[in-house]
Amino acid sequence: MTELFMLIAAKYNYCLYVILMMIGLYAMIAKNNLMKKLVGMNIFQTAIILFYVSIGFKHNATIPIIMGDHGHGGHGAAINAADYMNPLPHVLMLTAIVVSVATLGVAMALCVKVYQRYQTLEEDELRMRLSEKIKL
Amino acid sequence: MIHYPAIVVIAPLVGALIAGILSFVEERYAYPAALIATGISCAAAVRDLIYVAGHGPIAYHMGGWAPPMGIEYRIDTLNAMVLVLITAIAFLNLAASWPNIKQEMPDRSPSFYAMYLLFVVGLTGVASTGDLFNLYVLIEITSLSSYTMIALGDRDRGPISALNYVFVGVIGASFYLLGVGYIYIKTGTLNMAEFATMIPTLQDSTTILTAFILCIVGVFIKMALFPLHVWLPNAYSYAPVGFARIVAPLMTKVMVYVMVRLMITVFGLDYIFIKLHIADTLVWLGTIAILAGGVMALAQTNLKKMLAYIIVCEIGYMVGGAWLGNDLGLTGAVLHILNDGLMTFALFLAVGNMVYKLDRVQIKDLKGLFAKMPWTMTGFVLAAFSIVGVPPTCGFFSKWYLILGAFKAGAWHFAAALIISSLICAVLFFKVFEVCFFESPDTHDGHGSDTHGRHTTVAIQEAPAISLAVLGIAGISLIVVGMYSKTIVVRLIWPLLSS
Repeated sequence: MTELFMLIAAKYNYCLYVILMMIGLYAMIAKNNLMKKLVGMNIFQTAIILFYVSIGFKHNATIPIIMGDHGHGGHGAAINAADYMNPLPHVLMLTAIVVSVATLGVAMALCVKVYQRYQTLEEDELRMRLSEKIKL
Repeated sequence: MIHYPAIVVIAPLVGALIAGILSFVEERYAYPAALIATGISCAAAVRDLIYVAGHGPIAYHMGGWAPPMGIEYRIDTLNAMVLVLITAIAFLNLAASWPNIKQEMPDRSPSFYAMYLLFVVGLTGVASTGDLFNLYVLIEITSLSSYTMIALGDRDRGPISALNYVFVGVIGASFYLLGVGYIYIKTGTLNMAEFATMIPTLQDSTTILTAFILCIVGVFIKMALFPLHVWLPNAYSYAPVGFARIVAPLMTKVMVYVMVRLMITVFGLDYIFIKLHIADTLVWLGTIAILAGGVMALAQTNLKKMLAYIIVCEIGYMVGGAWLGNDLGLTGAVLHILNDGLMTFALFLAVGNMVYKLDRVQIKDLKGLFAKMPWTMTGFVLAAFSIVGVPPTCGFFSKWYLILGAFKAGAWHFAAALIISSLICAVLFFKVFEVCFFESPDTHDGHGSDTHGRHTTVAIQEAPAISLAVLGIAGISLIVVGMYSKTIVVRLIWPLLSS
């Protein structure tokens, strides 16, 4: 049992991102309001961003800026990779954040469109309105 | 250093920028700009294909940065073929859909062209990149531009179906992104070729297994494999015609290409078929997708919806074929990417022409269409024969390879599903032909039409000449690709599989 706790404590970042992701997924599936679904979608994407950011972390490491004598990196001095955090996942997430912002923007614009047309964002009402339209 | 691989992607990107600016300045130049951009892209893709067929794969380093640091575009015969398919359809569709775009959105057409070009950027990028993370970004570019264009379609249903597509599409892309994260944790690389060299030593890693499952599920969602297909029919049938004609043939097929790429290049056939025992399950999934797609298509009363469910059915062909685990099945699946792209393009061109004249394409609205639109219907019949799999058309040959592959693998259920789906498609299309051919068009006065209809000659009301010309090109290409399918298989597909 203690082993299990140790495992979870050592890898708590994975547990956290999975929990966050499931919260987001639950909101996307179970919520009735389109805006709440959007918030769920954003939580879902943010969970993955946190996952990526956390995998760049190293113990006892600093930010990945190499302090050379004249800003050209250490002259011949060996640079130990373990002293610096891995910047690549963070850089990748800059792109992913842009993608998620763009997705959220497009989705919100679509919500506005839907609202202008039907004056509601509740999914069950929308479904009712649409099936009425088919009957007419 | 030849720069054609970059030009294929960059020409539409620059075109999108120009079209976007022109929408504020001088609207009528946006269309020629878009046409020129896709034309350049298409020419570069053809040049790529000729080069690759003669000299072997191209590894293009974006911006001159070599792979572990920079992004690599790797063009081999498979994606050269897919690139030519994408750019040719993008160019031809833009030519054919001009009247439809004018008719459907007279006020918003320049911004439509900008989004259209961004969509082409995404597709060509997905097909040419050799970097796993870059692939994610390009998939999202493709998806984002398609969300906006679907919302431009049907005023009642367009935005809602686009929103549903957003939710499902985000889940799919996020799963893929998560899979890439696990690959990065384990190997520290995002380059497909470099990862492929590491995979033999990582066969037993659970991290790689997790990564594989996440990536492949993400791609399945994006390609609308049967239980994950719910977003597709509404999104495609409520989109504006000019966009439905490009998204229906290309989007799902490019995602199938991504799956094949993940199988062949990234994870490697050894890992997938020998180490993992999931191939049988996936062939079953393909079988179920074929049957379910066919049955749901039978239930539709709207022509566009019916075709959308046929796409779901065809995805089952390609997934099942690719996972049969022998060269014939994989050949059939890859050849079907090309053939299905062309067939679906021809079908949607014909349907677009009908929408242009009739506005609604409920099957019961199509009465007497053979007399009214003879050329459109000729193209439609040709494309339908190809879907059913009638010999000189290309659809027959890929289906033949798939069935041979199924026999070789002993997957009788898959072979049976292929044959049953041919029958279902035959029933579907002959149902449409019957309405179009035998029922007289003029019944809205409701009485006495029986004798009346027989004597009146219906005036021909065809779609614009440019749309018909493109439909003609697409129809002829179905037969030409069918006749040269042996060459395509020997020159383009086998070199890939043998390496």
